[in-house]
Amino acid sequence: MTVADDPSHKPGVRVEAKNTTCYMCACRCGIRVHLRDGQIRYIEGNPDHPLNKGVICAKGASGIMKQYSPARLTRPLRRKAGAERGANQFEEISWEEAFALLAERLARIRASDPKKFALFTGRDQMQALTSLFARQFGTPNYAAHGGFCSVNMAAGMIYTIGGSFWEFGGPDLERAKLFIMIGTAEDHHSNPLKIAISKFKRNGGRFVSINPVRTGYSAIADEWVPIRPGTDGALLLALTHEIISQGLYDRDFVVRYTNGPQLVNLSADGPESGLMSRTGEPHEEGCFDPQDQLWWDRLSGQPVQTHTEGSDPFLLGEFRLADGTPVKPAFQLLVDRVKDYTPEWAASITGVPAETIRRLAQEMGVTARDHRIELPIAWTDAWGVEHETVTGNPVAFHAMRGLAAHSNGFHAIRALSVLMSLLGTIDRPGGFRHKAPFPRPIPPCAKTPRGPEAVQPNSVMDGMALGWPADPDDLFVDQMGEPVRIDKAFSWEYPLSVHGLMHNVITNAWRGDPYSIDTLLIFMSNMAWNSAMNTVEVRRMLNDRREDGEYKIPFLVVCDTFQSEMVAFADLVLPDTTYLERHDVMSMLDRPISEFDGPVDSVRIPVVPPTGQCRPFQEVLIELASRLHLPAFVNSDGTRKFRNYPDFIVNYETEPGSGIGFLAGWRGAGGEKFMKGEPNPRQWEMYEKNNCVYQYRLPRSYQYLRNWNKGYLEWAQRHRLTRYSEPILIQLYSEVLQKFRLAALGKRPGKQPPERLRSRIATYFDPLPFYYEPLESQLTDHRKYPLNAITQRPMAMYHSWDSQNAWLRQIHTHNYLYLSPRLGAQEGFCDGDWVWVESMWGRVRCMCRFSEAVDPGTVWTWNAIGKQAGAWNLEPTANEAQKGFLLNHLISEELPVSADGMHLSNSDPVTGQAGWYDVRVRVYKARPSELQQSYPQFAPIEPMPGLAQRQPWLAYFAGKGKRP
Amino acid sequence: MTQLALVIDLNVCVGCHACVTSCKEWNTSGEAGFMSDDRPYGVDPTGTFFNRVQTFEVGEFPRTETVHFPKSCLHCEEPPCVPVCPTGASYKRPADGIVLVDYNKCIGCKYCSWACPYGAREIDEHQKVMKKCTLCVDRIYDQTLPEAERKPACVLACPTSARLFGDVYDPDSQVSVAIRESGGYALMPEWGTKPANHYLPRRKTRMKIHDDELMRAANPLKKEGKLPKPALTDPSLDDVTSW
Amino acid sequence: MRPAFSVIFLTTLIGVGQGLFLALFTIETYASVGLLPPQSGAFFGRGSAIAVGFLCAGLVASFFHLGHPERAWRSAAMWRTSWLAREVIALPVATGAIMLYGLVHQLHWNIVVPGIGTQLPDGLSLIVGAGAVAATFVLFLCTGMIYACIRFLQEWATWLTVANYLLFGTASGFVLASAYSAYQSPQLETFLVTWATIITAAALVTRVTSLIRNARIRHRSSLQTAIGVRHARIAQTAQGFMGGSFNTREFFHGASPMLLRSLKWVFLLLVFPVPVLLLWAGVLSHSPVPALAAFIVQYCGLVVERWFFFAQANHPQNLYYQVIS
Repeated sequence: MTVADDPSHKPGVRVEAKNTTCYMCACRCGIRVHLRDGQIRYIEGNPDHPLNKGVICAKGASGIMKQYSPARLTRPLRRKAGAERGANQFEEISWEEAFALLAERLARIRASDPKKFALFTGRDQMQALTSLFARQFGTPNYAAHGGFCSVNMAAGMIYTIGGSFWEFGGPDLERAKLFIMIGTAEDHHSNPLKIAISKFKRNGGRFVSINPVRTGYSAIADEWVPIRPGTDGALLLALTHEIISQGLYDRDFVVRYTNGPQLVNLSADGPESGLMSRTGEPHEEGCFDPQDQLWWDRLSGQPVQTHTEGSDPFLLGEFRLADGTPVKPAFQLLVDRVKDYTPEWAASITGVPAETIRRLAQEMGVTARDHRIELPIAWTDAWGVEHETVTGNPVAFHAMRGLAAHSNGFHAIRALSVLMSLLGTIDRPGGFRHKAPFPRPIPPCAKTPRGPEAVQPNSVMDGMALGWPADPDDLFVDQMGEPVRIDKAFSWEYPLSVHGLMHNVITNAWRGDPYSIDTLLIFMSNMAWNSAMNTVEVRRMLNDRREDGEYKIPFLVVCDTFQSEMVAFADLVLPDTTYLERHDVMSMLDRPISEFDGPVDSVRIPVVPPTGQCRPFQEVLIELASRLHLPAFVNSDGTRKFRNYPDFIVNYETEPGSGIGFLAGWRGAGGEKFMKGEPNPRQWEMYEKNNCVYQYRLPRSYQYLRNWNKGYLEWAQRHRLTRYSEPILIQLYSEVLQKFRLAALGKRPGKQPPERLRSRIATYFDPLPFYYEPLESQLTDHRKYPLNAITQRPMAMYHSWDSQNAWLRQIHTHNYLYLSPRLGAQEGFCDGDWVWVESMWGRVRCMCRFSEAVDPGTVWTWNAIGKQAGAWNLEPTANEAQKGFLLNHLISEELPVSADGMHLSNSDPVTGQAGWYDVRVRVYKARPSELQQSYPQFAPIEPMPGLAQRQPWLAYFAGKGKRP
Repeated sequence: MTQLALVIDLNVCVGCHACVTSCKEWNTSGEAGFMSDDRPYGVDPTGTFFNRVQTFEVGEFPRTETVHFPKSCLHCEEPPCVPVCPTGASYKRPADGIVLVDYNKCIGCKYCSWACPYGAREIDEHQKVMKKCTLCVDRIYDQTLPEAERKPACVLACPTSARLFGDVYDPDSQVSVAIRESGGYALMPEWGTKPANHYLPRRKTRMKIHDDELMRAANPLKKEGKLPKPALTDPSLDDVTSW
Repeated sequence: MRPAFSVIFLTTLIGVGQGLFLALFTIETYASVGLLPPQSGAFFGRGSAIAVGFLCAGLVASFFHLGHPERAWRSAAMWRTSWLAREVIALPVATGAIMLYGLVHQLHWNIVVPGIGTQLPDGLSLIVGAGAVAATFVLFLCTGMIYACIRFLQEWATWLTVANYLLFGTASGFVLASAYSAYQSPQLETFLVTWATIITAAALVTRVTSLIRNARIRHRSSLQTAIGVRHARIAQTAQGFMGGSFNTREFFHGASPMLLRSLKWVFLLLVFPVPVLLLWAGVLSHSPVPALAAFIVQYCGLVVERWFFFAQANHPQNLYYQVIS
């Protein structure tokens, strides 16, 4: 065997290599796709890409099997007249027919009641475009999947420190010495985190993983701390208790960069109760935190304006202002809050021994204090004080859905943010680092409209579909305080639902609560399967009809690349391309791929032509927008403005002449500008030449402490990342939350919650983090359902996407329920037995696998391996359908109906984050006489028109040459 | 003398399977290809792979270690699979120690797979010849590739750099240093096969905090005057004696 | 190991052929010194033809084991190192020698002693036969060593494997020879049955010894050495794939422990007591049918024995393939 034998080196063989961006998951690594005679020969990590630096994961390296999968939709399809939804009876139509049909229907809706059109998208990376489309259309009913993914993580952290994990920030493992990972197994930021953890360990760092299950990253932790699901908040508060009582917090950091020393008005009544006392100096109104709060100066014994030169505030104590108002520093309130959150208290809730909690707190505190990093970087803070060095406390954290997907997740994540802040680790070396365009003001400036009047026929909606409420008046509710959005986001039920509540859209639309809709367009989300909670019922709702025979959701459009379970329910199916066939942007307006040291955005450029009649969803949106004459997409004379998506990306500006567009790199006529500049007709070429990435490295003095870094804030303002350059103080104590509580307590003028929700708001809008048992758990009989049930995403699969992938499905072709052997001994079943898992919502039959790497009170399985028979163009006998199962059948999208008939989402009461991991179950052995098949089963899906024939065996070989 | 090999660091392997599919992807269209898959969309899908990642649990809750364990041909220095081959299709290259199969000579008798204690060889069910890891011999000497990319596909793919590649006979190579300094070991040493591939064990970083490190003159609580001090009214010696 | 039927038939069929030839040559040797009545050339010729027939049938069976039978010619190349290659040479050599032996008898070839001019009775056939005996023993050795040389297949890596191949082949050949003589030359039957009984008994001794040995075997490899972690409790949770692979197909017999145990008793009965009883029943009843039945029963028993031989062998690679999930 020699190199010369390689078919790629044979004469007459055409080989090429093209760079683009991966999309086998949401990580967005740079890839180099090698083609041989036009077929994909090899996809490797692009060594010159800042994100993955040449590495690739199992999914990325299996892109070939995705590209050539027989599950690909290749033609627009219409449900056959008379066929039931879900029966998978389709007929091919042309794109022209599809567009005409859709444009006609949407134009009618837009002209009458635009909110009757709802657009919800799955794990897409084009929210800037989809939200623009929705807003231009005039519907408030738009969101992506964040509500059922990890919105608690975004909201909890952004409302506290102005940034969050994953796209917006992360642990600086390059310099950290102690790394605490909580509730993360695999991650969205998958390859970068793997690279970083490995380097961190090699450099001698200590890695502690707190998780009910030891898989994935936790496997290589130096210490695994098993914890009961949903109790992370208790642990974090006890750690905070311990850090404070040992005096291990970074006082200087808390004083200067948090609102800890600010004096909170403690008068019992009045609209100012529980808010910061302020000097009362008049100031410009804007989306920033005016620096007019008070400190109680230790030196003068007087209240002073914060950051007054030469003052040093008390963090503890109790004072009275001259007018007699009782005040306490916010930090004192925090101390009061965590006083009873002792390690012993937390041990009984979390299952983590008190001595472990104490030790962890000491490790964090001592590492932060005694291993301080000092970098010779001079910088100036927002108050004009010059610092000779940048210092950092090398304790880094990372957390994801394990914390987020609980109905108490918002406060758990607030607790984490507070702990990180007390340790002085925010945007400092070795701690948490922001990524542009973060940090944002707290809260960020984007706002939804405040009432239904913003939604008018044939008009662009006056406001964004998703925003960041700063107080109750920012809620998107009607006169009665009831929701305007179909998912009830930004209503009193879930006031800070900054990513919407996609998991309730179908149920709400079906029930007609708050109203019915006409057309639901779902892009790339499997809402009839693994993305739905309560899957069986949701599928029934999709098929349910009104008395007049019309479907309760009259028109369902699904755009997807693959024949998912959801596609079967569509009235109209639009075949999307794969990531290798399309242009895409990872935009600064959405979720770019920025690094700690500066903004980075990137693109996809097609490497192979589209399959069949597949068309990128972006092209569909631009075509529709043009046909509907949505203002941003047409010229003043009503003619079409953008030829296609690449043309749109180059020429679209947020406002005419704003110079801000989807891509930040190579702007300006000749590509000489960045962030802001006139459109550059050769922008795509420049990206293509540069590994499909634009990377900007900030001057070193702008790279740290960006919440308060004058240089950075002014740079961000100049480059229009932000409107204001005011410092962004960490909100240990959240005034935003307190304002909602004041409204609920009737102490605040302005919008008032409906009576039924007053006590809910008053309870959960606590300005300080606190621990409460997850809502569903509170309503469950723990003796009957003694176990927690959770899912994790395996590293070699991305949700339901990869079961059609011939290579990846060999790794995970069905799933087991992992549980402690102790549970088996107790319930009388053995490893590998068929068991029933039952929650108060339903039951599932599956096979169990004993594991010593799981908390004995928890059972878990891999997410989204189970499939409906025949879906994803698998044979109906495939393991996924016969042995695989979904835990979703056991999880409800709503809490049990309350005594007064109120339907509340099974979500965090603050953010509307789906409480996936709150479900409680019991497990028992299936009878030997029962079928050895997973339950529930559904009628098999037949292949749809346009799907390729399944091959009985594969012999993939790119290009001409060896053939079977 | 050269003996190319992989060193696999179990201390950082997170079990992501990147090495598994990147290997398949490279090799199915390479000299060793195709690598067939049976029932790719049906029941019990199965195919030829040169590399697999397995998972083991060591110990009992809560002191459980989850070990992800990548396994491919170990390119033994004394490969038991080579001498048993009746046709000479299985051979070990003197120049670099890679154990290879000449697919044109292989008669598909599977005897070499019986003679491998590690289960490193798989017959391709459609080409009917024995296949195994080639250390990407069709990459590592390819002068058209940049030097940094002349490595096996799995090594380039591995996000945690858990796979090192080099010459274990060269005492200064990265792999030799890793074996020497990080406790590299061979699998099933009892058979004297002398695997060239080595594994690096888990290594733990612990932190020791002495009690007196918790006390600091600069304790911030002190600054607030809040370091726990006994109340003036608490009993003291002053109350009971006059000396 | 998963029993491969091509190999089961190869080894059992050539064993019969080799054993039958050894029986024929034994008769001739005894006859040459007058201990047995001399037999016609046709007796040896036909007998050898049957032996060659079994050997060829074994050869044919072996081709079914190969992925590329058209390349089988290559498989003699590595005779210096590979017992399989040696078998590939030894099998045609032994077959050819036995064929030659048969021809010598059938065609009454002989050698003329130089200078005297007279023919030595049976001289050539004894010389050719002796050569064929050597080839036959070499073939037994090669066949046995194919298995015995894999040192980590501890159930196989013993001299008992070679002894068993030798004794089983010889026993089955003598049983067949008994049946053959019962039809062709009944006066030999008691002689052959006696030897068949002795050899079968010897085989019983070596096989039972190996069963006892294997039951007591302590495997040198364990999960601990397989992954290099020292801990009393190691359990696999995933083997890296779920739908099976070559590793799970080739090295696991897939039968229940119960079936495995039953088959052991089946072969112990079919190979040893039943054929011996049948043979003696044939001797006593002066009927050739029981002897033929004895051969058929023993052969079936040997097929089961060979299946068990494979199934019982625990390949250390199986340590890596215990659990899916």
